[in-house]
Amino acid sequence: MEIALALVIGGLYAGAIYMLLRRSIVKLLIGLVLLSHAANLLIFTAAGLTRAQPPIVGDHLARATSGVADPLPQALILTAIVISFGVTAFALVLAYRAHKIVGVDDLDQLTSTDT
Amino acid sequence: MKNGMNFWLIAPIIIPLLTAILTTLLYRVPRAQRWVSAGGAFVLLSAAIGLLHNVYHQGIQVAQMGNWVAPYGITLVADLFSAIMITVTGIIGLAVAVYSLADIDAARVQFGYHPLYHFLLMGVCGAFVTGDLFNLYVWFEVMLMASFVLLALGGERGQLEGAIKYVTLNLMSSALFLAAMGIVYGLAGTLNMADLARKLHTTPQPELVTAVAMLFLVAFGIKAAIFPLFFWLPASYHTPPVAVSAVFAGLLTKVGVYALIRVFTLIFTQNVGYTHNLILIIAGLTMITGVLGAVAQNEFRRILSFHIVSQIGYMIMGLGLFTPLGLAAAVFYIAHHIIVKTNLFLISGVVARINGTFELKRLGGVYRTQPGLALLFLVPAMSLAGLPPLSGFFAKLGLIQAGLPLSQYAIIAIALIVSLLTLFSMLKIWNEAFWKSLDDRRPLTADRRISVALFIPIVLLATLTLIIGFGVGPVFALALRAGEQLMQPTHYIHAVLGGF
Repeated sequence: MEIALALVIGGLYAGAIYMLLRRSIVKLLIGLVLLSHAANLLIFTAAGLTRAQPPIVGDHLARATSGVADPLPQALILTAIVISFGVTAFALVLAYRAHKIVGVDDLDQLTSTDT
Repeated sequence: MKNGMNFWLIAPIIIPLLTAILTTLLYRVPRAQRWVSAGGAFVLLSAAIGLLHNVYHQGIQVAQMGNWVAPYGITLVADLFSAIMITVTGIIGLAVAVYSLADIDAARVQFGYHPLYHFLLMGVCGAFVTGDLFNLYVWFEVMLMASFVLLALGGERGQLEGAIKYVTLNLMSSALFLAAMGIVYGLAGTLNMADLARKLHTTPQPELVTAVAMLFLVAFGIKAAIFPLFFWLPASYHTPPVAVSAVFAGLLTKVGVYALIRVFTLIFTQNVGYTHNLILIIAGLTMITGVLGAVAQNEFRRILSFHIVSQIGYMIMGLGLFTPLGLAAAVFYIAHHIIVKTNLFLISGVVARINGTFELKRLGGVYRTQPGLALLFLVPAMSLAGLPPLSGFFAKLGLIQAGLPLSQYAIIAIALIVSLLTLFSMLKIWNEAFWKSLDDRRPLTADRRISVALFIPIVLLATLTLIIGFGVGPVFALALRAGEQLMQPTHYIHAVLGGF
């Protein structure tokens, strides 16, 4: 399972970097989205994949019995997903506005500030 | 007692949050919104001074959120370095909030400039006060989101182009930070910084720790704008209104430097010979490329932007030397730099208001029309270049004194040469913008009535630069204590984890 996920993560990073290196702003944004997916899956995998009980402590127990999965990576990923969702929404609007004003979808032509 | 301690640590986060909420509610009454904004910034500064006072007298302050014991909950912790950074944030927050009263136009206020400004301050303070790596990521994102919108607010062509570059590179840096954090969690099973410091020292895989350290160096390096990761900075910082570029220039990259210093003094000290020497080499390259970039520029704010990069080199030089004096000089340098650099940006805004442009070629004659402003420019400009007895001189002196016993002559030579080139660059601005007489082809857009709200923060920050310069003894003693604290991470670890 780790091997499969590692390959998926590697593929996502490769795709993300390829997209980030393109000149189109839309592809740049796709690259950023893929990059955050890759990072999230990396947390998931690096934190350790275990087949175990959900980490819920029953009412009658003081603490969890052995063999529960670590809930923290999922909490981290959930937070990261929410943040990347918001950031992506902003970046899309930014790209849209920039496209309206600059009129091109080409990063090489965003040079009016490089005096 | 315990509640009191908690209050000082939470205040730098709560006060900007409340101010942001209040200014949002007041969005129909711009006048009230402006005064609430300035008032909130003043309260933040007072709370920050209170925190510094507490940390100075009672040692490292710790608060466990929700009373979850460290390392399970989120820990807020302030050592002297954090407290100094928060105090400087308070000073800049107030200065720029007052400047914004006159600088920010009604349309931007309408679209939420003031709430965003305080969310930005909240993110910055949160990053300085947190003791948890994931929480640091969250505060970075709070700060970045606010800065994205502030940068693009107004929607001018230059702003949008700058914002695309700024947003892309900062998001890449966040993704790298996140990935590095995942690997650290896999290695150590914790994200509490103090706990990490303890666990990673006894890890069976020191090579992997160094590899992760390099990921952190790149992630924070992009945010701190070190060589060769700084290209987003001069592409974007000169595009928004002056108040926004001033607060960005003062605070944002320094949060990256803070994070670098924090993790490379507390967590990643297993392989100092490799990591910190690399940081020292990067410091030298950052100084040189930044200052050479500035020499080639002819736009007031772009020159200043490239100088931010070059000055970041000095700060991480202190980290690379990795001695108490080196770190003390770095802390002193950061505090001095934030005040001076913000002030230079604020002055550039007034100059541009008088002449209607930031282009040095079309600027001129400010000394004749505004001699007071010209003298006010000289204080931070000469301090940035490091002329005695101004604050920049002592910052550089500290770094050089820290380098001498380690025989790091190459980096000392670079630091001295770069400081000469900085002087050259400042004199270029002086000659072109202030001294050169301007013939009568004045641009018609020039705004000749300069509001007093623009001058108050400039005078305040220049006075502060003079105070730090002439009263350097106690200030440097404070920095020295902060530097010693950074070199003794056991105090930090004990304060957070108690008797573990």
